[in-house]
Amino acid sequence: MSTITLALTDSATMLRRNLRHAVRYPSVTMIVAGIPVIFLLLFVYVFGDTLGAGLGGPVAGSDDYVNYVAPGILLLGVAGAAQGTAISVAMDMNEGIIARFRTMAISRASVLTGHVLGSMVQTIVGIAVVVGVALLVGFRPTAGPLEWLAVIGLLTLLIFALTWLSVALGLVARNVESASNLPMPLILLPFLGSGFVPTDSMATGLRWFAEYQPFTPIMETLRGLLLGTSIGNDGVVAVGWCVGIALVSYLWAKKLYNRDPSR
Amino acid sequence: MTSEAAIAVTGLRKSYGDHLVLDGIDLDVTTGTIFSLLGPNGAGKTTAVQILSTLIGADAGDVRVAGHDLAREPDAVRAAIGVTGQFSAVDNLLTGEENLILMADLHHLGKREGRRKTAELLERFDLADAARKPATTYSGGMRRRLDLAMGLVGDPAIVFLDEPTTGLDPRARHTMWQIVRDLVAGGVTIFLTTQYLDEADELADRIAVLDQGRLVAEGTPEQLKRRVPGGHLRLRFADARGLESATQTLGHATGDDDALTLKVPSDGSLRSLKALLDRLDDESIEVEELTVHTPDLDDVFFALTGHPTADEEKVTVR
Ligand SMILES: Nc1ncnc2c1ncn2[C@@H]1O[C@H](COP(=O)(O)OP(=O)(O)OP(=O)(O)O)[C@@H](O)[C@H]1O
Ligand SMILES: [Mg+2]
Repeated sequence: MSTITLALTDSATMLRRNLRHAVRYPSVTMIVAGIPVIFLLLFVYVFGDTLGAGLGGPVAGSDDYVNYVAPGILLLGVAGAAQGTAISVAMDMNEGIIARFRTMAISRASVLTGHVLGSMVQTIVGIAVVVGVALLVGFRPTAGPLEWLAVIGLLTLLIFALTWLSVALGLVARNVESASNLPMPLILLPFLGSGFVPTDSMATGLRWFAEYQPFTPIMETLRGLLLGTSIGNDGVVAVGWCVGIALVSYLWAKKLYNRDPSR
Repeated sequence: MTSEAAIAVTGLRKSYGDHLVLDGIDLDVTTGTIFSLLGPNGAGKTTAVQILSTLIGADAGDVRVAGHDLAREPDAVRAAIGVTGQFSAVDNLLTGEENLILMADLHHLGKREGRRKTAELLERFDLADAARKPATTYSGGMRRRLDLAMGLVGDPAIVFLDEPTTGLDPRARHTMWQIVRDLVAGGVTIFLTTQYLDEADELADRIAVLDQGRLVAEGTPEQLKRRVPGGHLRLRFADARGLESATQTLGHATGDDDALTLKVPSDGSLRSLKALLDRLDDESIEVEELTVHTPDLDDVFFALTGHPTADEEKVTVR
């Protein structure tokens, strides 16, 4: 078997293993969908009127605030899922079966690609649920089929990038506690960007950070695609961030997995 | 030569920090035989298995497994071996059957052959009834058998077993021994570690004794046992007078006044036992209790290294 087919076959086998884990122990998927849904309801029904009024301009009141906040909520979901991935990778690496895989003539990266693909499926299902709930509570995107496709493409790319990042974090953590702590900053990023309030309203230092951190152009692009606001060069920057994070994280994760477990 | 050694090791070294765990090990395992690495806790057995099975790297040494250089062709080595480590290596979230199918898929057996192999192994290892239960619910013995079965899915030429019977009850232990014998009968080479001399004696064609990272002896079970004089009888008496007269009667014996016991060297045969009892009988000495001690790992260690096994403080009082 050629190296490529070997890698594909083994990754598919590992994906089946990870999906089976996910189906049998669905708590992670539930958290992926549950936390952003809670935040969504909180922001729409509790803070929505005040924050919506504060935004002024075209959006005012909780009906419009749901439109503003939806992209941030989606990213919150993606970041939360990354935490789940890091935890399950760290847990899995402590299992004896991983030592067995290392003594088998299989494609070495397949253990990791199995985790990445499995977590991506979990995250995408979770995010779809969040979008469904958002639509139920009044989210009214103006996107046509092409824009929706672009939204799905960008979210998938982001999920791909953050999943590789969280796999690397799960590998570097070595235990479950630090695996759950390391991805924490990701969960704060939507708040420290344009997810819940426009960056203009922030103090100077924070605003500078909010404008240059990766989640802001991603959220602005999603907002533009979903609601027709202007995107400018945010689209290119968003894709650039995702590709960069994915590439660096992939190389880092591979290096971590290949290190000698005795050192 | 047509038949190369299954495993050939020269000058294998490994340290963890400043702690030298393997200090220049040389080994040769002939194809189709059982080789046993015998040693107490912390001797370096698991470390040796982990290196030979490509899990961790060595600091120095030449290792060839199944004719392939370990450092240069790890994947060729991996394709030839099956490993059952000291600690369970099953996927606890999957059932026994799913674990085996996972292995079959990773060996690219194809769906039909994978299922056939899985069914065959479940049957052979007496796991058919529990096949659909999650591995977390398995008993220690079942888990050990599943672990071993998983290592055999790819029909390996060389099988590593790290303490395969530690923690098993006597029946499960004998089952495991039979499995090992059947494997060798099928042409497989076995590299087995154990803390028990009787296990090595029972199974192995050759035994190497590992102590604090060094091989202190190597040979057939008979060669090793000849170097161990440890067999003895222990007699316990009702009072000090009995002990005293027995000590006088039996010559070469060491007594313990507090425990009222006497240790007499013996090969453990029925005839020598009878002769001894007859002599005590002639002097009308009453024996409360008699126990026969065959040489155990402690005796082997004492004989080969001059110190008892590191962990146990079972030093014989003179
Ligand atoms: N990952 C590690 N880091 C540091 N030291 C280690 C590591 N693994 C093993 N050691 C040390 O190496 C020595 C040999 O350990 P090893 O597990 O090979 O012994 P063993 O013969 O298998 O013992 P046991 O019968 O208890 O399984 C021990 O002193 C142990 O503390
Ligand atoms: Mg060990």
